Amino acid sequence: MKRFSRLFITLDQTTKTSAKTVALAEYFRDAPDADRLWTIALLSGRRPKRTVNAARLSEWAAEVAGLPMWLFQSSYDVVGDLAETIHLVLPEPERTSDRSLSDWIADIRALSTQDEADRKAAVLDAWTRLGGTERFVFNKLITGGFRVGVSRKLMTRALAQATGIAEPELAHRLMGNWTPETTSYAALITAPDPDADLSRPYPFCLAHGVEGDPAVLGPPDDWLAEWKWDGIRGQLILRGGQHHLWSRGEELMTDRFPEFARVRDFLPDGTVIDGEVLAWDAASGQPMRFAALQTRIGRKTVPKKVLADAPAILRAYDLLEHDGTDIRARPFAERRARLEDVLRDLPPEAPVQPSPLIPFDGWDALGDIRATARDHAAEGLMLKRADSPYHVGRKRGDWWKWKLDPLSIDAVMVYAQAGHGRRANLYTDFTFAVWKGPDLVPFTKAYSGLTDEEFRKITHWVRRNTLERFGPVRRVPPHHVFEIGFEGIQKSTRHKSGVALRFPRMLRWRHDKTVDQANTHDDLLEMLDLYG
Amino acid sequence: MVLEFHDEGIYCPAGRFYIDPWKPVERALVTHGHADHSYPGHRHYLTSEAAAPVIRHRLGDIDLDSIPFGRTRDINGVTVSFHPAGHVPGSAQIRVEHGGEVWVVSGDYKTTSDGLSEPFEPVPCHAFITECTFGLPVFDWRPEEELAAQINEWWQANRHAGRMSAIGAYSLGKAQRVLTMIDPSIAPILTHGAVENTNQVMRAQGLRLPETIRVTPEVTAKTHPGALVIAPPSALAGNWTRRFGTLSTAFASGWMALRGVRRRRAADRGFVVSDHADWKGLNAAIAETGATRIFATHGYTTVFRQWLESQGYDAQIVQTEFGDDLIDEDDAEETAA
Repeated sequence: MKRFSRLFITLDQTTKTSAKTVALAEYFRDAPDADRLWTIALLSGRRPKRTVNAARLSEWAAEVAGLPMWLFQSSYDVVGDLAETIHLVLPEPERTSDRSLSDWIADIRALSTQDEADRKAAVLDAWTRLGGTERFVFNKLITGGFRVGVSRKLMTRALAQATGIAEPELAHRLMGNWTPETTSYAALITAPDPDADLSRPYPFCLAHGVEGDPAVLGPPDDWLAEWKWDGIRGQLILRGGQHHLWSRGEELMTDRFPEFARVRDFLPDGTVIDGEVLAWDAASGQPMRFAALQTRIGRKTVPKKVLADAPAILRAYDLLEHDGTDIRARPFAERRARLEDVLRDLPPEAPVQPSPLIPFDGWDALGDIRATARDHAAEGLMLKRADSPYHVGRKRGDWWKWKLDPLSIDAVMVYAQAGHGRRANLYTDFTFAVWKGPDLVPFTKAYSGLTDEEFRKITHWVRRNTLERFGPVRRVPPHHVFEIGFEGIQKSTRHKSGVALRFPRMLRWRHDKTVDQANTHDDLLEMLDLYG
Repeated sequence: MVLEFHDEGIYCPAGRFYIDPWKPVERALVTHGHADHSYPGHRHYLTSEAAAPVIRHRLGDIDLDSIPFGRTRDINGVTVSFHPAGHVPGSAQIRVEHGGEVWVVSGDYKTTSDGLSEPFEPVPCHAFITECTFGLPVFDWRPEEELAAQINEWWQANRHAGRMSAIGAYSLGKAQRVLTMIDPSIAPILTHGAVENTNQVMRAQGLRLPETIRVTPEVTAKTHPGALVIAPPSALAGNWTRRFGTLSTAFASGWMALRGVRRRRAADRGFVVSDHADWKGLNAAIAETGATRIFATHGYTTVFRQWLESQGYDAQIVQTEFGDDLIDEDDAEETAA
């Protein structure tokens, strides 16, 4: 673990991506295969599952450190990271260990089948053998929260430098269903068998948001427009007589959406489609609200009732593989024509439909169409250059999302809580309320949208204006008004306010408004009526 | 009560004086020169002899009297004396005795020696008013030599890579302590004006500091390749360092013990160098006073008070105008944490 800890320290100590890439590439050149494979896994979001719960770990650490539980907890509230808190309170170990990253991960994974006494003994033993950063990394791995400010893209670039394999090709090899247990460094990176994993998806092509006027994108004729749906971006793969459905977060969703099994009757093998999974209301011919789709997420098995109430379809945007050939390099207009070809004679009950292209006559006219997106249950438009390839990841220039402006409401901050990680010790998570008669009714939390400087200012204020504390949460006097933006609003019985917001965030700190100028609960209900 | 807690600060009713008051008063006893202890606007100041030059430098033309460490003085029938707090050069704890009862105000302190400040002296007392800036068990400082080695290694590596280094350290105390930790044979040491002004004051009172060069418009990466720049933290954040090209930045502060704070400061390195006592230091210092009554101030007072109570002390909180935790950066700089 020493070699990996040194890498971790180097990555953690610098904010410069060039230095991070160099350090990672160097590691990928000389680390043992098992360790570099695990490093690739960790940095592509394939972290080992948490095998000991946080409460047990806290108890054991407090016990070893000789601290009462409340003091450990108060320390955790300040540090904002459990693995780090444990690392900081434990005494320095007297022994060291030469075991490697993959050895330690094997130990951590083995904990899941042990009884509690054995787990405790194993963890306490590790704590006496791992010094400094090694122990912090171990704690991060065991709590399932390992992150180190290295994006998957940066990791892929470093791996490309170390191996000489082109970055887009590597990005593709790293996709899919592998874990370090199911593959080897050679099979994944240096000598992959293309047929080894037929479920392997292509890296998703992502878009930046349009800033300002789309006219700067050039002649409208170069562009194709379509609705941007509010569902789950997905990739549907038909290969080897099987079908697979992947989410953008690289989660295999095939079993959660059994309705897609039927596509094998309609579509030929060697087909890969990029689209949006939506809960579909056949009667109105429109997608249901995201809330309906939410009933389908997070379930391993789907009861008949849920299946009937929120049937899913894929609205297809793009064709990535046709007749078993990767066509991502072909122009979008051509891929789109081939997609329509493939989907042409599908029966109306087929769970895949092309997402319609929107004909438009100039940017102004398209702006008018965008304004009607909510009527179509869409969140805005997508603009794609007609001659563009299907890129790997988020590349500026060929794809743009042009979303509707969010809904917004002015609300009063009533509670503040410190953040975690980089935001530890900074008050960044706030609860907001609107007026109901003389009372303030909390209705949402939000924690993004302010600058670092604004967070510093509000933190300063919170410290000096705390009325009451509930653990890490502080009640503050109603004084600051914020404009809260959100993408949607729905009825909720779980919240006192009766509503739940989608993607709430702070748009602006309204220094110009006093608390009595904030919106009311009736205003919220009216929005629920209009947009819910 | 020998001492009381007023809106202006800590007050001795029998002696009619305040200790580190934050509002203007007639007579102020001041522990040390940091801005959150040494405020302008009082009529008469009394400090330790060693702290006086810096306080005069910072507050200008004030009516300031000073006495050597350990010597007693009678103020309206109350006996006071100043004792080293080990926080920065000249920093004092203030002992107040009246009617056979002894109270001590710690000011800011650290119990380990930094080779520059007069070492912390435990003062037996009945009641101890203690700071607790780092009053949580997660704060556990490493030995001075180890910290010095970290800084020198980083500087040396930067010099080899053809880069300059810059370290953010509060201009009173922390900057001079860093100066004593670093190895001047590596390359020249450059100082920001705020740091250099304090250096001059301290050199004039006989403190030994290595040779430094004040940064002026002519001083650049070309004229002093591989040099180490010592500047207040705020200067590292602004445009001031631009003249030095690409350089590696670091902060020296106890808060650097926390990864979240370290990452937020977005420096290349965070050295955990604090002029306050860590958890063990605080607990040891309190035990050594023999005091049974403890007042916690400046820091994680709520948690620290609860801890002291569980250890059998009669513990209370003293509010300062800052509320009770000082971690946000502005405050951290102010208090030279």
